Amino acid sequence: MTVDLAHSPADEAFRAEARTWLRAHVPAVPLPSLETEEGFAAHRAWEAELAADRWSVVSWPTAYGGRDAGLIRWLLFEEEYYAAGAPGRVSQNGINLLAPTLFDHGTEEQRARVLPPMASGEVVWAQAWSEPEAGSDLASLRSRAVRTDGGWLLSGQKTWSSRAAFADRAFGLFRSEPDTPKPHQGLTYLMFDLRAPGVTVRPIGRLDGKPAFAELFLDEVFVPDEDVIGEPGQGWRVAMSTAGNERGLTLRSPGRFLASAARLSELWQAQGRPHSTSERVADALIGARAYQLFTYAAASRFLDGASIGPESSLNKVFWSEYDIALHETALDLLGPEGEPADTDWAEGYVFSLAGPIYAGTNEIQRDIIAERLLGLPKGRR
Amino acid sequence: MRFLLDTEQRAFADTLDTMLTAADTPAVVRDWSRGEHTSGRALWRRVAEAGVFALAVPEAYEGLGPRPVELAVAFVELGRHAVPGPLVETVTTAALLTALDDTGPAKRLLPALASGESTATLAVGPYALDADLADVRLAVSGPSELRLTPAPGGPHRPSLDPARRLFSPPPGGEILATGPQVTTATAVALTWARLATAAQALGVGLALLDRTVTYVKQRVQFGVPIGSFQAVKHRLADAKIALEFARPLLLGAALTMTERDVAAAKVMACEAAYTTARTALQLHGAIGYTAEYDLSLWLTKARALRTAWGSPDECRAALLRGLSGDRPW
Repeated sequence: MTVDLAHSPADEAFRAEARTWLRAHVPAVPLPSLETEEGFAAHRAWEAELAADRWSVVSWPTAYGGRDAGLIRWLLFEEEYYAAGAPGRVSQNGINLLAPTLFDHGTEEQRARVLPPMASGEVVWAQAWSEPEAGSDLASLRSRAVRTDGGWLLSGQKTWSSRAAFADRAFGLFRSEPDTPKPHQGLTYLMFDLRAPGVTVRPIGRLDGKPAFAELFLDEVFVPDEDVIGEPGQGWRVAMSTAGNERGLTLRSPGRFLASAARLSELWQAQGRPHSTSERVADALIGARAYQLFTYAAASRFLDGASIGPESSLNKVFWSEYDIALHETALDLLGPEGEPADTDWAEGYVFSLAGPIYAGTNEIQRDIIAERLLGLPKGRR
Repeated sequence: MRFLLDTEQRAFADTLDTMLTAADTPAVVRDWSRGEHTSGRALWRRVAEAGVFALAVPEAYEGLGPRPVELAVAFVELGRHAVPGPLVETVTTAALLTALDDTGPAKRLLPALASGESTATLAVGPYALDADLADVRLAVSGPSELRLTPAPGGPHRPSLDPARRLFSPPPGGEILATGPQVTTATAVALTWARLATAAQALGVGLALLDRTVTYVKQRVQFGVPIGSFQAVKHRLADAKIALEFARPLLLGAALTMTERDVAAAKVMACEAAYTTARTALQLHGAIGYTAEYDLSLWLTKARALRTAWGSPDECRAALLRGLSGDRPW
């Protein structure tokens, strides 16, 4: 098969259908920040609107609310979604992190129970990975899962739990076997209710004060066996096995950056094309194109049967640093209007600052690139 | 959409890589830099026999092209092996002559370029690369005059890359074409020049990364390989990121051949190669700063290619010039 950037007529028809739907449904006035109570509710309602016409999870099987659309059509949907100025996705933790794990390691019962309400926004998920003493060294986590009749009792503290201030449920790793030879052994992957007895959620204000994440205090929180994903004790493998597949591609779609770069370019043109920022505007456009084509190449390899693996670290460092540079350029271009915090650019800027930190810090990603892609020897971190 | 090289294209790259690895290109580059062109000419013929120059020449003029994707694939390998000579200029000349309304010059000159019998150089700006040995020497003067120039009279100016020999085109010579067709054809040729230069730069960057990774695994200080130090790893990781994102941009540019995509690829490939060169020099330490050590052949080329056929700023300006309200990509 020959190299080709053109999409098939059927894929283009799918794109056109998405574009038409979005044009008719995207709110004319931007929703309030999803990191506020009011905004969270508005974004949840938007998820329901998407789901009603099967646009919330296009790549999922139809049985769970998707369209069986595949990776390429998902990429096209994302391009249209962000080009249309549609709202941020309040359910992205569930859709991008938990759902792939359920597809690979969950039971049919779990998928049927968990995925449809995730797709509709009825249940919004938060992640519960980090702990006060376990950040980049995640495997050193201490929160416990202790066996009890019909399930597990969770105790300990989780932190930096994105969306947990307003979300319904959470997923994460817990130590179910103490004293294993290696720290990543004896961990179990569990889902739990953020409103269950024994759970205390303490919201944390991010840099701008909005409660974008939270601390979770767990005191003998009961979780039934049906909410364990994969085998008890195998949680590390369960969590990591999906880290290297298409998740590396789907965490941030190129559509988001293509749309942001286009908006930056419009802003620059509206400001009279100032020479002082032309280099940075050009680089934002170039970076968006590079990210799109990098993703197309990775998607093509994936569809050819290749696994993605540590290449996703290249992707993560690139988009997270790109996103900050793009928003910095916009704020600089705006001059005094770059200071007010109530603009989309300011909101996007604050959001972008977290990118190099979460989902594996960029320092960890660079270690992975150096050791696993370049073959350099392991050393002290 | 299938954005991957096919089996034949990958095999073509492998064939060139094998051939150039066996050719001991560093020795050829050093001969070339001294003005001894015998080994370089021999290598040129082998590159031509592999079909590289024919990719830029249409079948009507005894070529195999135009095939920009395969050409980009080939130029990555030429860059990876630091092959000297007016490679980009030969391809650019082919593109320019092909794009003229008047087919006479193409009929006359292109078959020999496709076969490798003759080499070409071309000055659009102040210099013509390797004009002392090129068989066909073109100059675009003013916006609309294309000349076949006489052999250079004076000495060349040295380039930061000793393998690149810069000649000012002398006045006079035969006028090949005039008028708006020259302006139009020069713009087309510039796109080909930028694509080939971007590909060559990407190859240069990939070679620099490979050699530096090998070096830091072997070089021991404080009792351990320096490649185990995080400061070293992270610089190399950044070089890897830059190169791996330039690669799809290059392939995309070769597929669309739009001015905007090609300009983007030129900026990113040349920036990636240059960043990698800076990292390679730093991580090699003093040995990397010597002319004698072969790393210098790629280090200096990364600098020269950055401004050849459009500096990063010129390419960014070209990209921004065509922007309107529409989606840029």
